[in-house]
Formats: sequence, C-alpha cells, structure tokens
Amino acid sequence: MIRSEILKEIAPILRDQLVVCNIGIPSQELHAIDDQPTNFYMLGTMGLASSIGLGLALSQPKPVIAIDGDGSVLTNLGTLPTIANNVADNYILLIVDNGSYGSTGDQPTYAGQKTSLTKMAEAAGCERVIECRAEDTGRVLQEALDAKQMTIIVSKCESGNAKMPPITMDPVVIRDRFMKAVQA
Amino acid sequence: MNIDKKITDDLAANDVSFVTTVPCKQLAGVIEEIDKRDGIYHIPSNKEDEGMGLCAGAWMGGKRPAIIMQNTAIGVTINTLATLIQYYRMPLPMLISYRGELREPIACQVEMAVHTKALLAQLNIPTYHFHHQADVEELDAILKYTFMCNKPVAILTDANFWGGYGDQ
Repeated sequence: MIRSEILKEIAPILRDQLVVCNIGIPSQELHAIDDQPTNFYMLGTMGLASSIGLGLALSQPKPVIAIDGDGSVLTNLGTLPTIANNVADNYILLIVDNGSYGSTGDQPTYAGQKTSLTKMAEAAGCERVIECRAEDTGRVLQEALDAKQMTIIVSKCESGNAKMPPITMDPVVIRDRFMKAVQA
Repeated sequence: MNIDKKITDDLAANDVSFVTTVPCKQLAGVIEEIDKRDGIYHIPSNKEDEGMGLCAGAWMGGKRPAIIMQNTAIGVTINTLATLIQYYRMPLPMLISYRGELREPIACQVEMAVHTKALLAQLNIPTYHFHHQADVEELDAILKYTFMCNKPVAILTDANFWGGYGDQ
C-alpha cells in the first residue's frame, strides 16, 4: 500500500476532523481525494505539520490529526520531545512512514534504514506510540480518536506517489476557511 | 521599572496567551515571568522554526501567539517566515534578543548582528529596535499593530536595553 491508498481509506475518518497535512504530494493527494474546509494544506515549510498540529490542539478542544511523513519528521526531530512534554489528548500525529522523500523523487530516508521513528517517539517521552501496517491505519486511527489520548501513529507503507495536480487555492483562502471550520 | 514584568503585562493585556521561547541570557527574566503567569501557555521549543509552527497552529486555534528568541534565529527561520507566516498572512510578534550590538562581550554574536536588520528589511518585516529602557513604552502599540495587520513584526532588544552584562 502506498500513501495515497492509505489516504483514500482513511478519508471517511478524516472528513469530520481538523487535519493539518504535510507539504507536497501528501497535501495534493488529500486535496484531490477529499477536499474539506477542515483540511489545512501546507504549501511550503517542510517539517512543521506536527508543530502546527500541536499548537492547534493545545489552543482549542476539537481533535486534531496532523498527517506527516518520515522525511518531514526527520527534518524537525525536535518536535517529538515538544509533543511528549506538552500533552494534548485531542492530538494525533499520523506519520506515514514510507522510508522515502516522496515529493522529491523517492530518495531513501534514514527511517527506511536503521532509524526507527517509533522508538524515537518513545524515547522522546511520547506515551501512546503505535506502529502499524499500512492496511491497519484506519482502525488504529479510529481507535486513537476513540481513546481521547494523545497518540503517535507510525504507519509503515510502501514508497510511491499518486499523480495529482498541485493545489492552486490561495494560501490565505486555505487558512481562512480552515479557521472558520475550527470555530464552527 | 521591571522590564520583564512590563513586557509580560503588555503581552497579557493584548490577549497573548501562547508564547514559545528559545532562551537567551538577556531574555531569562522575561521567560521566567511568562512561565509563572496564569493565562499564558508557555511552550519552550527546540528550534525557532518549530516554534513558529506552534504559533501558527495556536493562532488558527484562536489564541494570540508570540515568539521569544535571539536574532541568530532570523537565519534559522527565513523560510518559515516567508512560506508559512507571511504566505498564509498570520500575525506573529517576535521579541528578539539583539545580540552582537553595543556592550556585547562575545565577538561571534556580531557576525549575525550585522545581517539582522538587512534580513528583516529584505523580508519586509516591520522592525523596532529597543535601545533604551524607555523604548519599552512602545511595546503595547507594536502588539496592537501586529494583530491589526496580520504580519510578523520584529522587536529587537539590545544589551543596552537590558542593562548590559553586569561588569563586562
């Protein structure tokens, strides 16, 4: 299973939640599969989806799902201790770990080699860390929502991208409709 | 006047309730004051771009954020300022310890000090420089201005403003 197949499968779960989605192809895929005002698409700034998601979760009560990638978490590793030490039980970080930098041509990341993001999240102090197969992502995500406990999910999947168009929506429009959805 | 308390009072009076910090010797007092203040969530970040991500999320969640950091962080955060804070048009007061100015004891700090205002100018970031203690009187107006225009705004605070480095 590749990332776009996971996103298709979990789209019905994501639909009703606040979602902060990672830069590049992940956002393009989510946008093409099921565009919602509750989706905040990152058009730039690699690495900060998990930080934006945490700030959002700490500032309002609705559940927040940040969809990140292994490469992006590796570029902002400081996020894991910050998440661990600022517990927001309405926060789920879903790391789609395909062991590659998907948006730039599928170059391998260290997460696909010796490095375990699951163990790094645990070592950072995150209390509920679940590594799962791509096929189980929907079930694990729903369980995390039901648990109402901060959860880091590391979904191990295959490398590869679906061909989707770039997002042409203006960033201020994305942000404005997202903020209205947050307040709704 | 207790500058640390005055700054924290101004943040609170402007409904700033989410503050991320990367420390600096000069900022130690204000960080301590923020940390003990009810009504302000203090979240230390490991790097300033991470902190700006946290602030972006907090603002979209309905809280007014601020970041406290050193001017060396301008070198770290240019991409984040351009592609997140400015691109999505978000307000962000940046209270910045302006190292490498008059009364600086560490030579290396001067190397980023000489680029600081040029980089902020290149990014079209409104920039204020507090050199004397009395300059802090403008902070309230600067915060109101920041949340009026939804832009990142830099407040550079140098060693002279903070009272120097003791006997150095």
